[in-house]
Amino acid sequence: MPKIRITDVSLRDGSHPVFHQFTVDQVVRIAGALDAAGVPMLEVTHGDGLAGSSIQYGISKVDELELIEAAVATVKQAKIAVLLLPGVGTIHDLKESRKRGASVARIATHCTEADISAQHIASAKELGMEAVGFLMMSHLIEPAELVVQAKLMESYGADVVYVVDSAGAQTMDMVHDRVTALRAALDPKTHVGFHAHNNLGLGVGNAVTAVKAGADNIDGACRGLGAGAGNAATEAIVAVFNKMGWETGIDLYGVMDVAEDIIGKEIGITPIVNRPALVLGYAGVYSSFLRHAENASKRFGVPTAKILEAVGKRKAVGGQEDIIVECAIELAGADQPAPELAAV
Amino acid sequence: MPLNVAVIGSGNIGSDLMFKIFRNKNLKMIALVGIDPNSDGLARARKHGVAAIDTGIDGLLARKDLMDQIDLIFDATSAKAHEHNAPLIKAAGKFAVDLTPAAVGPYIIPPLNLKEHLEGDVTNVNMVTCGGQATIPIVGAIARVQPVAYGEIVATIASKSAGPGTRANIDEFTETTSKAIEQVGGAKRGKAIIILNPAEPPLIMRDTVNVMTETEPDQAAITASVKQMVADVQTYVPGYKLKSGPVFDGNRVSVFLEVTGAAHYLPAYAGNLDIMTAAAVRVAQEVYERREALVGAK
Repeated sequence: MPKIRITDVSLRDGSHPVFHQFTVDQVVRIAGALDAAGVPMLEVTHGDGLAGSSIQYGISKVDELELIEAAVATVKQAKIAVLLLPGVGTIHDLKESRKRGASVARIATHCTEADISAQHIASAKELGMEAVGFLMMSHLIEPAELVVQAKLMESYGADVVYVVDSAGAQTMDMVHDRVTALRAALDPKTHVGFHAHNNLGLGVGNAVTAVKAGADNIDGACRGLGAGAGNAATEAIVAVFNKMGWETGIDLYGVMDVAEDIIGKEIGITPIVNRPALVLGYAGVYSSFLRHAENASKRFGVPTAKILEAVGKRKAVGGQEDIIVECAIELAGADQPAPELAAV
Repeated sequence: MPLNVAVIGSGNIGSDLMFKIFRNKNLKMIALVGIDPNSDGLARARKHGVAAIDTGIDGLLARKDLMDQIDLIFDATSAKAHEHNAPLIKAAGKFAVDLTPAAVGPYIIPPLNLKEHLEGDVTNVNMVTCGGQATIPIVGAIARVQPVAYGEIVATIASKSAGPGTRANIDEFTETTSKAIEQVGGAKRGKAIIILNPAEPPLIMRDTVNVMTETEPDQAAITASVKQMVADVQTYVPGYKLKSGPVFDGNRVSVFLEVTGAAHYLPAYAGNLDIMTAAAVRVAQEVYERREALVGAK
């Protein structure tokens, strides 16, 4: 019976749908309940990783270091992980998170750019952290090319390398081929992970496919709280894995309560496969662009799906949120639109 | 009489610098210095009749015949190498233009603070980063109209235009650029983000500048100042283009830029490298003009 480690990313990927407005109280209650339910790892960071709080990605309501500290103080057994995108966050930011008690560093790069993570992965290890390599937008390259990048991350010291379906664009065959290739090529001691987005409605199914192909680290978010149509829902992953006979060590009813009572009722967000989310998955666009495109749509009077299509045509990668406003301005055909909008 | 210059570093940046120097009638390329006898850059220098030294800065310092002629040295090596080279260049009495992140001397963004620094006794200047050269002029253009609380820049470059040095030390980009946004751009707080995009065909460098003014932005004055600044940068980087903006939203001002390279040596999409070498040559041009003015006065 395979033992699968679930990382719940509600407090990181879930930062996107709440516009990075998590409060200490929310973090304490969500982290506390997930910890009590036996979730072994929780990711707590701005949606775009350490130092992501910016005009580009959205300003955090509460400094993420405070949120990390609060989560660390709350949990009894779970590890607290942080996300870092080299180019956005720095080793300095990683050290600060370590001081606050984070013990796992997830270092994310675009799937072809693993070599910019060498310093950060090595620093994570020097700081005594577990290092996870996170290859984003992995639908864009062939499995053999992804293997080359995964091996780079492994060579820098990554303990786990993730296939990340940032655009929620992968069919089950695509997930199978990528995870299988990594599992075959990496050292047996290196774990393989998978991070789903549900833009095509395949989140949980893809997580199952990934485990069957050899992944033993799987990301979920309660009620799917994540960018685009959300992530694979943690509670659904646990339910399905229970039925498959795969061990997660997580109490199903405990995570259901978080999903239903805190995220569903209090936070009041349930990501769904709607038109713009489906466009993300279909066109292969970075999921975090959704909320920014919705804002730009209101501001410049251009449909969200049209903006996302234009962004996809420009081959934007994760982090290029500024191209959304630029595409919207171009689609609106005016240099100086009437600026009426809530802050991004 | 032209200003005689040498370039240390025979890679892409050093080669592009050499071709820009050939095109400037006030600068004369005396030597290209590398450490690999088989480097393409050194071969190109030889082909153009330029002394090609393959034994590094020590090899250059040993060539008294060349050193007697040289006025200014561009360093296009690495931060670590420049820390070694800087005192040697200073001891030899030459002016250093540092294109590495070492930042031994003050940061220079030509349209903002070139003249100010060259009026003093500074003999080593640092060219910040490619993203800094592209965006800090705009931060400065807004800050000269009214106080800027926060300046944030996002530079997106083609993966192919990011060399191994940049890739291995990407934090140097974010940290150096952030500091220069404050020190040269005039923002109270600076932040920089860099993104590498592997799309084919490679994308042209694009930059976004987001600024928060302390008080309500004077839209007309900021728009005029930004447009003037774009024109000023275009005098030495013809491919520098204002794509959109300034766009105003409360106290937020956003400006979208694109930088197409001159393709003197590097491909046109590598506007990020072009703006660095162009800004460095702009510094040398200023050093030349100052010397001529002094000679004229005498």
